Amino acid sequence: MTMQSMHAQPLKIVIVGHVDHGKSTLIGRLFHDTGSLPDGKMEAIQKMCERRGMPFEWAFLMDSIQAERDQGITIDTTQIRFKTGRRSYVIIDAPGHIEFLKNMVTGAASSEAALLLIDADEGIQEQSRRHGYLLSLLGIPQVAVLVNKMDLAGYDASRFGEIAEQYRGYLESIGVSASGFIPISAREGDNIAEHSKHMPWYQGPTVLQILDGFEQPPPLEDRPLRLLVQDVYKFDHRRIIAGRIEAGRIEVGDEVLFSPSNKTARIKSIEAWSVPERPTVAAAGQSVGVTLETQIFVERGEVMSHAIDPPIETNVFKGRLFWLGQRPLTKGATYTLKHGTLECPVTVERVERVVDTGVLDRSDATAIERHAVGEVVLRTRRLLALDEPHVSPATGRFVLVQDHAPVAGGQISMKGYPDQRDLVTVRATNITAVGHAVTREARAGRNGHKGGVFWFTGLSGAGKSTIALAAEAELFTRGFQVYVLDGDNIRTGLNANLGFSPEDRAENIRRVGEVAALFADAGFVVISSFISPYRADRERARTAAKDDFHEIYIKASLAVCEERDPKGLYRKARAGEIRDFTGIQSPYEEPNAPELVIDTAELSADDAVARFLAYIQARLA
Amino acid sequence: MSYLDTIESESIYIFREAYAKLDNIAILWSLGKDSNVVLWLARKAFFGHIPFPILFIDTEKEFPQVYEFRDRYVGEWNLNYIEEQCPPVEEMDPTLPPAARLAARKTYGLKSAVAKHGYRGLVAGIRRDEEAIRAKERYFSPRDDTGAWDLRDQPPEFFNQYMTSFPPGVHIRIHPILHWTELDVWKYTKREGIPLVDLYFAKNGKRYRSLGEQEITHPIASDATTIDDIIAELEVTRVPERSGRAMDHEAEDSFERLRAAGYM
Repeated sequence: MTMQSMHAQPLKIVIVGHVDHGKSTLIGRLFHDTGSLPDGKMEAIQKMCERRGMPFEWAFLMDSIQAERDQGITIDTTQIRFKTGRRSYVIIDAPGHIEFLKNMVTGAASSEAALLLIDADEGIQEQSRRHGYLLSLLGIPQVAVLVNKMDLAGYDASRFGEIAEQYRGYLESIGVSASGFIPISAREGDNIAEHSKHMPWYQGPTVLQILDGFEQPPPLEDRPLRLLVQDVYKFDHRRIIAGRIEAGRIEVGDEVLFSPSNKTARIKSIEAWSVPERPTVAAAGQSVGVTLETQIFVERGEVMSHAIDPPIETNVFKGRLFWLGQRPLTKGATYTLKHGTLECPVTVERVERVVDTGVLDRSDATAIERHAVGEVVLRTRRLLALDEPHVSPATGRFVLVQDHAPVAGGQISMKGYPDQRDLVTVRATNITAVGHAVTREARAGRNGHKGGVFWFTGLSGAGKSTIALAAEAELFTRGFQVYVLDGDNIRTGLNANLGFSPEDRAENIRRVGEVAALFADAGFVVISSFISPYRADRERARTAAKDDFHEIYIKASLAVCEERDPKGLYRKARAGEIRDFTGIQSPYEEPNAPELVIDTAELSADDAVARFLAYIQARLA
Repeated sequence: MSYLDTIESESIYIFREAYAKLDNIAILWSLGKDSNVVLWLARKAFFGHIPFPILFIDTEKEFPQVYEFRDRYVGEWNLNYIEEQCPPVEEMDPTLPPAARLAARKTYGLKSAVAKHGYRGLVAGIRRDEEAIRAKERYFSPRDDTGAWDLRDQPPEFFNQYMTSFPPGVHIRIHPILHWTELDVWKYTKREGIPLVDLYFAKNGKRYRSLGEQEITHPIASDATTIDDIIAELEVTRVPERSGRAMDHEAEDSFERLRAAGYM
């Protein structure tokens, strides 16, 4: 072993698969065939087997805990090390029994590559599929599939081909591509270190060759900077912001941005204890401490980045997750979210999909059972600073905690949700409010009614425009100062520069909210008629108009609206001619506590208008 | 980043998580090479300060060199030092084999220190590669009010998220060098210039590879008189590190029983 390879980082490998498909046996064999067993270990195992009156059992090497030996199954993950000619490995044996899935996750999550075992005799089992899916949820990029116990299948090439083809198809369906498929017998040593004499039909790599072919994951230095703030220390005169750089690099003098607080400052120094000289740069992987040139209030949970490529700010995201809780994950339930160093309550707004690794997807579920995987929409009260996993793995994943213990982990997706950063960032800081000479009371006195914003929200085709325009005509005749804001008068002028991406839609609604608030302040009754699908956007509009705001949910189910389809838009969206259409490719978030609900599936158009007019008359006249 | 930098960074991250999330933590100091590395990493994590007391569980049967080392570095490193005496061996579980019975005294000393000072977290310098049972440990590992370790129902640990909140009565063992190997400890000790009890270096063809109470710790045959010699020796050895620790080898499950009862 050269000094070069001894200093190299060991590659962390996890071995997974259904119970009894031979994981521990494979590890025993790998250790033996690479000469990595400590002296006396073979003899000790031999003795142990004799005491129990059984043939030599490789698995005892790993299953060194009494209870595991007696039951013959791995309970917890075990980590041991071995070396090949190329490098050293930390090998993690993960339990295959479903009851120990949380231990499998613990072992697998820290690994950089995986070997997945399938018994040639038994074929693909539920855990074979579940483990394959979990590897993708844990973000493990390299997987090789070993079809084991070929000796029990008569070293039959067609049996191997059948399993490999079937499992390759499954992996592809979940977006995973395997590095290879190898027919082996761990017990007999076939295709482990050397090619098997029993399977001349197999010419591909051996297990050791495929291991040595795995790569260390690329360093994240070239990605956008992400430093998770762990703490702020004041042990002496220095005020040190401590944390680990998860991606990117920093240099003394850099201007950095903290999210979600949106504060900026310049790095004054990078602190370190007992080093030859004080560092001026630091990069991904390092646990560092920095001081800032200006004293800003920063706390644990913030993400430090550069201003040009900050994380996404949002209070809602989609999560693909695995569920380990004793009780099912349910819609409406609140858990503790751990994201980086941030912890806060999070509510399950929706269960979008449950993946049953046994058979097919179920899309009608409202709960995720123990050990299942699925997709949910999660919402917090506070803003989060996060990323898509491909931008930064550490800020693109999350854990849910219940009763002190982690119950779920998963990957974040922002598909269909806007970045809220630009909407909450106050750019104009040099504007001072000037008190108006004409008071609201004076305006209300002349008009004979107060001003207010009546914010319609609902799916396309729910009846917003119909009700808004009919109500406007009626209110005008009753003497109200009234005006309808809708796509026709906003999109063609004020917002002509905006498209239909989630970000543009959010900006569109932000401007409508501000304009509506001005109208209301001027004494008008404003009816705004926009789908406005995101709750966060509507909340901002409410903030702009303060007490004058009334959220009115024009309610009709997607099925009803699609059936009406007055402008033919649903048909086009289904045909793929329109993208990001609300209700089809893009989410609609129902109001939590609207001031008024008008259910247009139940009410006639006239009754709906009458209900709205009664509400307005009671509030403003 | 070198490999040593990588494992050092991970340990610092764990120390800082423990400090941010838990009140009333102590670091266990056995004065061996591993716990000296742990103290060193704490100073790295907190920029020269150790914001925790340093707890020594005294069996009164350690080597004299160990006590000398303690007396010197408590002052030199400006440690907030606390010690706790162990009960006599006669009070230990008589069904344990003899050496394990001696080792069990430490568990009791530790329990009484936890009760006396109300620690919610104890930092210990154990490593996965030392021993098969320790290989199953977590970085943040809960213990119930009897100090017992429920090996069969441990919390999952992934995505750098650890169990940092827990019900009353539970304390957490924090293992910042769980992922290190014996060789890593030596290479890091050399790189950083961390001082050591000189029993690790060979005299008259023998040296101690692992330090414990005098009666149940045996030296190995070795000519290694420098850290470089030790590193060279370990790179080719196939003898396990704790082979000189008698209590590990009396019965198949003796170490597991010690650990489940709260041993480090």
